[in-house]
Amino acid sequence: MKRIPLYLLITVLLGACANEPTKTQAGAQVEDRTAQKQATTPGADTKPLLPPAESSVNPLKDPNNILSQRSVFYDYDSFDVKPEYKALVEAHGKYLASNPSAKVFLQGNADERGSREYNLALGQKRADGVRKILSLLGVKDAQMEAVSLGEEKPRADCHEESCWSQNRRTDFLYQGE
Amino acid sequence: MASTRLTFFSVVLALLLSVAAWNAQAALTIEITGGASLQIPVAIAPFAGEEAYPDKLSKIVMDDLARSGLFKLIDTSGMTPPRIPADVRVGDWKAKGATALAMANVVAQPGGRIDVQFRLIDTVRQDVAQAVQLAGYSLPTSKAQLRLTAHQIADIIFEKLTGSPGAFASRIAYITKRGNTHELQVADSDGFNAQTVFTSREPIISPAWSPDGTKLAYVAFDQKKPIVYVQTLATGKRQAVANFKGNNSAPAWSPDGRQLAVVLSREGFAQIYTMNADGTGLKRLTNTSNIDTEPNWSPDGKYLLFTSDRGGSPQIYRMPSYGGEAVRLTFEGSYNVTPRYSPDGKSFVFIQREGGKFRVAVQDFVTGQVQVLTDNGLDESPSWAPNGKMILYATERLGRGVLAAVSSDGRVKQKLSAQASDVREPAWGPLLKAKP
Repeated sequence: MKRIPLYLLITVLLGACANEPTKTQAGAQVEDRTAQKQATTPGADTKPLLPPAESSVNPLKDPNNILSQRSVFYDYDSFDVKPEYKALVEAHGKYLASNPSAKVFLQGNADERGSREYNLALGQKRADGVRKILSLLGVKDAQMEAVSLGEEKPRADCHEESCWSQNRRTDFLYQGE
Repeated sequence: MASTRLTFFSVVLALLLSVAAWNAQAALTIEITGGASLQIPVAIAPFAGEEAYPDKLSKIVMDDLARSGLFKLIDTSGMTPPRIPADVRVGDWKAKGATALAMANVVAQPGGRIDVQFRLIDTVRQDVAQAVQLAGYSLPTSKAQLRLTAHQIADIIFEKLTGSPGAFASRIAYITKRGNTHELQVADSDGFNAQTVFTSREPIISPAWSPDGTKLAYVAFDQKKPIVYVQTLATGKRQAVANFKGNNSAPAWSPDGRQLAVVLSREGFAQIYTMNADGTGLKRLTNTSNIDTEPNWSPDGKYLLFTSDRGGSPQIYRMPSYGGEAVRLTFEGSYNVTPRYSPDGKSFVFIQREGGKFRVAVQDFVTGQVQVLTDNGLDESPSWAPNGKMILYATERLGRGVLAAVSSDGRVKQKLSAQASDVREPAWGPLLKAKP
């Protein structure tokens, strides 16, 4: 529960940065709000009913926004980003490029089969592949770090393809999450 | 009433204690499947004086030899244990089928020291007046080192009767995982005396013994990413020797113990570097835009084997240990990883995938011939015994990680399992020297 106000604060700040041209208008709005507030405060302690703020304000958390999708999945032995994940990676690229203060960890993972050390390197190659695409989209190196967890942190625990396919992936983990 | 309750409680207590003792003693239980087609029959007589100590030495020796799969242990019940060579009635032992007889006296000395006087007697030759002694040693030891002494006796018997050195007096390192608790443990080669040397809530992988057996290098994720540490076993102190941007992993000791090969992803992909064992003097060895990992030094220190996907699939390569041109060594199949030089340098063990199954295989350097040694599905992390006779590896049974071992000819197989833990990432250490 305590996290929500923090998110609101961060996203409001991010929004303010991203929408610099509208700053002059914002000044006028502040005046309006003050007037409204003055009109209501003399009475009892009333509060306006707010819409469910988190989903509508934070695009990273909005289930209707592609930015809430955080995983790229891979074929076995492969580190190629499949066509169906291009839109997801591009959306994160645009978000990061237009929010230069946002930072992301790209965590590569592998399924349990084969060598742990090779899987650590394979996870790194997967994460680094996503990093390179983001770089082409204008994301600065300082905004992202590609790391690997190899096969050590499986999302699904069974010993068959239904789990393995979930464990071959790169996750977007934003700073502060 | 009171006495009944007391009895009940003492039974429960006894049960709890015995379970605890069992856990402490045999943290890893070893089960043998298969054996050599021609086993050497040997008799181990009860050692005179061994009953004064909790560990029965002759039993430890017998268990070691039996586990190797190369020996047939002769039943000694009904035979009078000889105390001196003159007691040995060679004909009686030969009639039992033994080709050799081991006997020993365990003698307490002043100041807590113990002498184990051990002899190995030839029980085949009857043409000579006196029994022929194949080996005779007086082994100074202490109560704390008695198990080690028993393993050294088993090594002497192994060498005298097979012609190859034994590897019972050695230790193994491995990782256990129970829930989210990961432990780096060290145990004797028979699974006894297991001790945890490092515990973490995050994964631990790739333990590697220093050639003198005093240190372990390993990779731990407790700082949220893989970092290479070297830990001194006697003090428990550990030092981060490779902690660069990105991943740090796959430590391998040079045979002289002065250098480590490590894998770093500081330039993007996993690449192989060497450094001094204290982390100084970093030098990049591979320079590719591919995966280069799992370095392993040749016994003479001149070469490194490693895994690379530079040819489109993971295969095994060899390059000089100062860097330079790499030569591809594996060509069968699309997944060959984790190469490890045999102690004599004539072959290497690795993991080969075929038909979706991961198996332990050995390739000869001269002939290039590959022998697949196992028939499991998910084998990993092969590690040679210091005598090159067995290969310890990790595999999976009923959804759980277990350790297993296979002889280098594929005939003898062992399974090692721990209670209620996943066990993985085994590394077989060097032979232990006696410290009387």
